[in-house]
Amino acid sequence: MEYLILIYGDERAYGTITEAQLKAMYQEYGSYTQDLIKAGVMRGGNELKPVATATTVRLRGGKVLSTDGPFAETKEQLGGYYLIDVPNLDDAVKWAAKCPGAKTGSIEVRPINPH
Amino acid sequence: MLGRIVDELARREGPRILAGLIGRFGGDFDLAEDALQDAYERALASWPSTGIPERPAAWLTTVAQRAAIDRLRRLNRNADNSDEVLEQIAAEQPEARDDGGLPDDRLRLLFTCCHPAIAAPAQMALALRTLCGLSTREISRAFLESEATTAQRLVRAKKKIAEARIPYIVPSREELPDRLSAVLTAIYLVFNEGYSASAGESLLRPDLSSEAIRLARLLVSLMPAEPEALGILALMLLHDARREARVGVDGAVVPLEEQDRLRWDRAKIVEGLDILERAIAMRRRGPYQLQAAIAALHSKASTAAATDWTQIAALYGALHQMVPTAVVELNAAAAVAMVSGPEAGLVWIERVEAGGELGDYHLLPAARADLLRRAGRGREAEEHYRRAIELARNPAERLYLERRLREVTESM
Repeated sequence: MEYLILIYGDERAYGTITEAQLKAMYQEYGSYTQDLIKAGVMRGGNELKPVATATTVRLRGGKVLSTDGPFAETKEQLGGYYLIDVPNLDDAVKWAAKCPGAKTGSIEVRPINPH
Repeated sequence: MLGRIVDELARREGPRILAGLIGRFGGDFDLAEDALQDAYERALASWPSTGIPERPAAWLTTVAQRAAIDRLRRLNRNADNSDEVLEQIAAEQPEARDDGGLPDDRLRLLFTCCHPAIAAPAQMALALRTLCGLSTREISRAFLESEATTAQRLVRAKKKIAEARIPYIVPSREELPDRLSAVLTAIYLVFNEGYSASAGESLLRPDLSSEAIRLARLLVSLMPAEPEALGILALMLLHDARREARVGVDGAVVPLEEQDRLRWDRAKIVEGLDILERAIAMRRRGPYQLQAAIAALHSKASTAAATDWTQIAALYGALHQMVPTAVVELNAAAAVAMVSGPEAGLVWIERVEAGGELGDYHLLPAARADLLRRAGRGREAEEHYRRAIELARNPAERLYLERRLREVTESM
C-alpha cells in the first residue's frame, strides 16, 4: 500500500542555519533516501521550493483566480515529500519517524487512495 | 424467547466470534460486524424449525464466516483475482472452532482498537463496542455524550483502520511500552463495564470482568517485567474476589463495609496479593499498583472496622499526585472521612464539587449523602440521596440509594 510522507517544517528556520548545518541536513536526507531505496519501498520524492514561490489557483465561475503564496498562514509549511510502498500504517509510521524532518518539524502520513 | 437466547449468546460469545472474524478477514471490522449480524438473523430464522444447535457459538462462527465470504463475493463480483482469495479463505474454514478464533485474536483486537493513530475517545468507544459488544447507545451513555457523536467516532475509527491500513497485530516487543497506557485503560474500562454495568438490568456482567482479567493475563505474559501490567491484574483480581458479596438478595449494591467477607473469593485474593507483591518488587510504582494496594488493604481486613484507613488515605494521596482527577479525589475524601471524621471528608467533597468536573456523576451526591448521614445531618443527606437516585443509571445502585434514603427519612 502506498503512503505519502509529507514533510512540514518552519521555513524561517532554514534562513538562519549555517552552510555546514545545511550540508549536514542534505547528507541526512541523502542517506535516508538511500535507506528507503535499499529497503525497496521508495516510489518517489522531492524537496519543494519555499512557500514564497507558491501560487494558489482556483476556478470560480469559469474564471481562473491566481493568488500569491499558500492558501493559509501556518507555522509549518510543506517542504517536501516521499512516496513509499509498505504493507501497513505501522511500517509507514516507522519510516516517517526516521525522516530527518521529524526531529524539527512534523510529518504527515497519508494513505494513497488507489483507483 | 428465542430472541432473548440469541441476545444472550451475542453478549456472551459475540466479542470472541467477532475478534476471530476480523482476524480471518484481513482486519475488516465492518465486514466482520455485518457478517455476525447476518448470523444472528439466520439463527432467528432457522432455529425455530431446526432447534438450537448443540454448540451455538460454533454454529454462529461458521455461519458468520460463510456470510462474510458471500458478502465479499457480492462486492468483488467484477474484481479479477478475488475468487482465488475467497477460495483460500473458504478452504481454511471447516474446523470452525468453538472459541471463535486463535487465542490471541482478542489481544490483537485490543491493540488495534488502542492504536495511537486513532483518537483516544474513539479507541475506548471501539474497545467497548468490539470487546464488550455494547451498542452505540450504551457507549454514548457510558461516556455521557450524544448517540450521534459516538456513532460518528465509531464510523471514523473503523474507516481509518480500513483505509489507512492499521494492522491487526500485537505490536513488537520494542513498541509495547508506548502502547501500554491506552491498552491498560481499555482493559480497565472492560472490567468496570463488567463490574458496574452502565447498561442493562443487572449490576454485574461477570463475562466482561473475566474477559478483562484474561486480557491482563495475556498482557502480563507479553510484558512480564512491566509492573503496571501486573498491577492491573492484581487490582482486578482483588475487586473481582468481592463480586459475590457485592449484590444483596434484593438485587441492591452492598457497600464494602456491609459485605459478608466470608463470601469473598479467597483464591482470587491470594493470587491478587501475590501478583501485587511481584509488581511492587520491581520498584516502579504506578496508578494501577497503587489502586491494587488500596484494594489489598481492604482484602486483608477481616472486618470493616479492622480496615487500615490511615494507610488507605495515604495511598489515595499518592494516587492523586500521579492521577490528579476528581474521581480519585472523591475516593480520597471517603478515606479521609474514615480517618478524621465525616466533616473532614465533606470539606474534600465540597472542593471536588467546586471543581465542577463531576457534574452528573451520581457517586458525587451519593458520597456526600453518605457522609452527611454519618455526620447526623439527615435532612441534607436526604436531599443528596434524592439527587444521586436521579443520576444513577444502574438499578442495583438505585436500590441501594433508595434504602439509604428510607433510613435517613425514617430516623428523622
